[in-house]
Amino acid sequence: MLDTRESLMVARTSDGRTVRRPVSPHLQVYRLHLLMVLSGSHRITGMALSVGTAILLWFLVAAASSDAAYGWFAWAIGSPIGYLAMFGWTGALWYHFCNGIRHLRWDFGKGFEIPDLYRSGRMVLAATAVLTVLTWVGIFLAR
Amino acid sequence: MTDHNSAPSVMRSKLGQARGLGAAGSGFHHWWAQRVTAFALIPLTIWFVWACVHMIGMTRADVAHFMSNPLVAGSMIAMIVITFHHQQLGFDVIVDDYVRGDTKVMARLILKGVNWLLALVAVVAVLKLAFSG
Repeated sequence: MLDTRESLMVARTSDGRTVRRPVSPHLQVYRLHLLMVLSGSHRITGMALSVGTAILLWFLVAAASSDAAYGWFAWAIGSPIGYLAMFGWTGALWYHFCNGIRHLRWDFGKGFEIPDLYRSGRMVLAATAVLTVLTWVGIFLAR
Repeated sequence: MTDHNSAPSVMRSKLGQARGLGAAGSGFHHWWAQRVTAFALIPLTIWFVWACVHMIGMTRADVAHFMSNPLVAGSMIAMIVITFHHQQLGFDVIVDDYVRGDTKVMARLILKGVNWLLALVAVVAVLKLAFSG
């Protein structure tokens, strides 16, 4: 069964050929720019954060189960790969956090002008870097 | 245009059936829930990162003792429930964008089920730690 929306996908090029419309995010049409990368990154970090949620689940279940299970978790998280995963998690978390606040601001109808979008986008990147560094300073102090 | 695969009892076209329904029957609730959970996660995320840094190097007994504080266990459970809810809403949006038809319904149901189950497992783990510590 065809989706109803398929009827909206028919388009005509300037030389008259009937084509299927390119679908969002128009990667094959537009040149790459910052706003596009920020938007895609929000979804990608959102999906990546579900891996973080899985790590949290592992931690809680291991801590609630046995010393052996907790030992395995502590060993994994303290390994170089564990540190790399933690670094990715903190970076993705703070990016999604900051860009999420940017999204909430849009939901109030504010900040849609193009220069505004670039300014808030750069602020998100700067805030992500600062929060990630602060978190790791905290981690190394707590170690 | 004839759709040979549609049920013979329905004479109206797919477009005719969809007209007047708006963007989606209950789309607003989904959108709103995503925003409400996002708002709630602002303070909870800051607290959660602090709690994680605080728990570095803790033994299992230390973790249980930490969780035995009702404020900690309560915040952790709130963080878990709202995070899993927000995550599930996000999965819905992604599935809606890339999957269609019956597969979409199945994908959404499976993700919803797995999310709820894992959220419950995490909550029970916190409760066990809280009551044993």
